Amino acid sequence: MSDILLSVRDLKVHFPIRGGLLGRPAGWVKAVDGVDLDIRRGESVALVGESGCGKSTLGAAVLGMITPSAGSITFEGKPIVHGLAATRRSLSRDVQIVFQDPVSALNPKLTIGESIAEPLHIQHVGSAAERKERVAELLKMVGLHPQHADRKPNAFSGGQRQRIVIARALALNPKLLILDEPVSALDVSIRSQILNLLLELQQRLGLSYLFISHDLSVVRHFADKVAVMYLGHLVETGPTTTVFANPVHPYTEALLSAVPLPDPVLQRQRRRIVLKGDLPSPANPPKGCKFVTRCPLAESICHETQPPLMSVGAERLAACHIRAPAT
Amino acid sequence: MTAPLLQVNDLRVTIGGNPVVDGVSFHVSQGEILSLVGESGCGKSMTAFSVMGLLPKVARVAGGSINLGGKNMLTLPERERRRMRGNEFAMIFQEPVASLNPLMKIGHQIEESLVVHRGLNGKSARKAAIAMLEEVGIPEPEIRFGQYPFELSGGMCQRAMIAMALICQPRLLIADEPTTALDVTIQAQILELMKRLRDETGTAILLITHDMGVVADMADRVAVMYAGRVVEEAPVDALFARQEHPYTRLLLSTIPRLDDEPKSILPTIEGLVPDIGQWPVGCRFNPRCPLADKPCLESQPPLAARSDQGNAACWHADRVGEIA
Repeated sequence: MSDILLSVRDLKVHFPIRGGLLGRPAGWVKAVDGVDLDIRRGESVALVGESGCGKSTLGAAVLGMITPSAGSITFEGKPIVHGLAATRRSLSRDVQIVFQDPVSALNPKLTIGESIAEPLHIQHVGSAAERKERVAELLKMVGLHPQHADRKPNAFSGGQRQRIVIARALALNPKLLILDEPVSALDVSIRSQILNLLLELQQRLGLSYLFISHDLSVVRHFADKVAVMYLGHLVETGPTTTVFANPVHPYTEALLSAVPLPDPVLQRQRRRIVLKGDLPSPANPPKGCKFVTRCPLAESICHETQPPLMSVGAERLAACHIRAPAT
Repeated sequence: MTAPLLQVNDLRVTIGGNPVVDGVSFHVSQGEILSLVGESGCGKSMTAFSVMGLLPKVARVAGGSINLGGKNMLTLPERERRRMRGNEFAMIFQEPVASLNPLMKIGHQIEESLVVHRGLNGKSARKAAIAMLEEVGIPEPEIRFGQYPFELSGGMCQRAMIAMALICQPRLLIADEPTTALDVTIQAQILELMKRLRDETGTAILLITHDMGVVADMADRVAVMYAGRVVEEAPVDALFARQEHPYTRLLLSTIPRLDDEPKSILPTIEGLVPDIGQWPVGCRFNPRCPLADKPCLESQPPLAARSDQGNAACWHADRVGEIA
């Protein structure tokens, strides 16, 4: 059996812009535009990039919640056929998601036990007694008291609610968890508790994580591999430690230099690359390299053609005409 | 030495009888950036709103004084305060898009305080507003002047709000989580802009944040708040080099660093931030503190001088270094 759990090939998700003649779309937002990504068993892959780069859309496509315009996603070697209720149902046994905001992710009218048991209900897993037992087991697994199963979400703090959301995501023994900014909405002193829990669960259950985040110090701590996304394209991928130590793509470089380090002495010595301007609209991306409007290195070729991902070291790829020229 | 621009002494704010700010003192000098750090519910935003005179209706100042440029803000008539707000001191908020008036053109929102405070007429106010938009790095300022907030990105709105806050060249800028809602590359632009303005105009900045990276990057001095009180206060280098309050030490140690061992177990702070109205007796950090013993459960430690510079409020300040 191959150890590749999830394989994404040339994935495109284009959304129509309404308002064209006779109901035809006036244009397309290319949220994800030709992405390749593999996730192995037990591996954490982080997807980083600014808001609007397409990272959450990619996550939603992997979950089966959005139908891609082109390309393929295979899970354990089997292609995911989007749009079929049966696919959604079988996929949700294997792939689950943990959202950013645990307050809106839980139904306030259900007890947390009911919320955690809901996936089991939907999938007709076990008897009522078995489900109850499973809920208790899951609550223990995430560090909460099984006796609290009959309380409502408002009895819990933000960090505890995130634990409940994680317990619900684990109810069906998934193989892949999509973590969409799992600690961003939490207080700083609670974040490390949740990160530790996620690391421990991964070790214990052999989970794979697709970790969507803009917090690069958390990504560095958490992920084996990192994929940097810009305007629907991957611009650099590779093992997290080597990419962070030695970024190739100018966007990765700027992104890393923009994160202030929690160390005033070090921070003063750093050279910060301040990018000009904002992310261009994905409805109207620049021609050529998508980063060309903000790139400090851009030359004429960058305005003409889009650079392909080239090998730039062990398991590393980058798409840049200047730093990773095609041979 | 000249008196500090802003001096807050023993400030107390209550909501429904429960204290939310409980004896907070600090000062900010001209040209200085003071970072007020803490988690949600520690009272940092309420402190800022008190200085601005913009406390929500349910909140009430129960004691203390706020002295800004020689005037006691708490006893000043509202009419006087309104004359100063937006003129001598201004505030930028966390959610730029939500804080701008959606029905008013960006340019009009920026020139408003010039018209109100400086009595400028349409043409010269417009000119100044466009110059300010350019100053904060907004491209095509003439076009942006006539646009509405929804036509601008989040980073652009935040810059417009900074332009609005700075148009009258305030002596004090209060920035409440100014970059929390923004992407890191836009955050970098905004932080650079704030530093440049401080360097060029000598504006003092009270920077409220929970991001220790932003603190390290921006602050001259740091005041750490926990459960309504300042628990430690020191120059930024001294504070990051040595902590004399366990909360500061733990807060810094729980952040993943770019040079630590990947996937190692991070230090954690046990327990939760106590809710307002349920603050523990004695030191408010005692239920979560590894050093807590009998005195900590009985009485609240005062803010006392640290061994180097600054102050800390811990009965065991000399043993904080033992916490791994």
